[in-house]
Amino acid sequence: MTLKDGVLDPQGRAIAGALTDLGFEGVEGARQGKVIELELADQALDAAKEQVEAMCKKLLANPVIENYRIEIS
Amino acid sequence: MRCAVIVFPGSNCDRDLAVALEAATGRAPAMVWHQETDLPAVDLVALPGGFSYGDYLRSGAMAARAAIMQSVITHAKRGGFTLGICNGFQLLTECGLLPGALMRNQNLKFICKDVVLQVETNASPLLQGLIPETTMTFPIAHHDGNYFADSATLQRLEDEERVAFRYLDNPNGSSSDIAGILSENKNVLGMMPHPERVIDHDLGGLDGARFFEQLCDWAAAA
Repeated sequence: MTLKDGVLDPQGRAIAGALTDLGFEGVEGARQGKVIELELADQALDAAKEQVEAMCKKLLANPVIENYRIEIS
Repeated sequence: MRCAVIVFPGSNCDRDLAVALEAATGRAPAMVWHQETDLPAVDLVALPGGFSYGDYLRSGAMAARAAIMQSVITHAKRGGFTLGICNGFQLLTECGLLPGALMRNQNLKFICKDVVLQVETNASPLLQGLIPETTMTFPIAHHDGNYFADSATLQRLEDEERVAFRYLDNPNGSSSDIAGILSENKNVLGMMPHPERVIDHDLGGLDGARFFEQLCDWAAAA
């Protein structure tokens, strides 16, 4: 999950500030997101993707402020 | 005026809210556990402050999907009065009854202090006894109170007179200094500050008592 463009990210801004304070040059911005790892029972790839998509819509992401991306391995 | 207070695991203002509602209505509200599926017959459903589910995932996200919320949403969509304070406001945005979202405070700090609010509208039975442009002082106590909505939504809130309260001195970075908003039908009110914490002169003030008295009087008459 990542914050949508245009959504202010106070935590990302603090991270960018801290990196700059540590002497890392050229940090022009930071955006903080989150990763959720799910363990799913064996199933077809399409079915798993569909299921996780539904989970994102129903609970895992807030569409007002967040985008999400699904990776299955 | 019959009220219900919904109780989630991690709610911590539920009893304060019940005391405030009982003082204003003369009747103890029904306390409804989040796993219930049916609401008793009530005029007002109140969602208390606290840290439901430890604020895991996002503040209010898990509580917004609790079993009781289907009935709360049905109640609100039928025009039933609904009040969300602090975590209750976060929950109302998470379940889609109010637009926008409450993000981490701009200074990243948990803020616990009294704030002065300006009343922006009384165009709702929940606010009808208040006088626009007057102020009230309520405490805030939150980490995620930074109201965010896209510019089209903010414009719509202004055009439709749905900003209920604004901070005079914005403590958390909220867009347009917004401290509380109304739903499209003006029957749902969400606010970050805690009126239930100022209903006793010896415990900080009486602005909250005034807020609940007018809310309960006008909502009962509506």
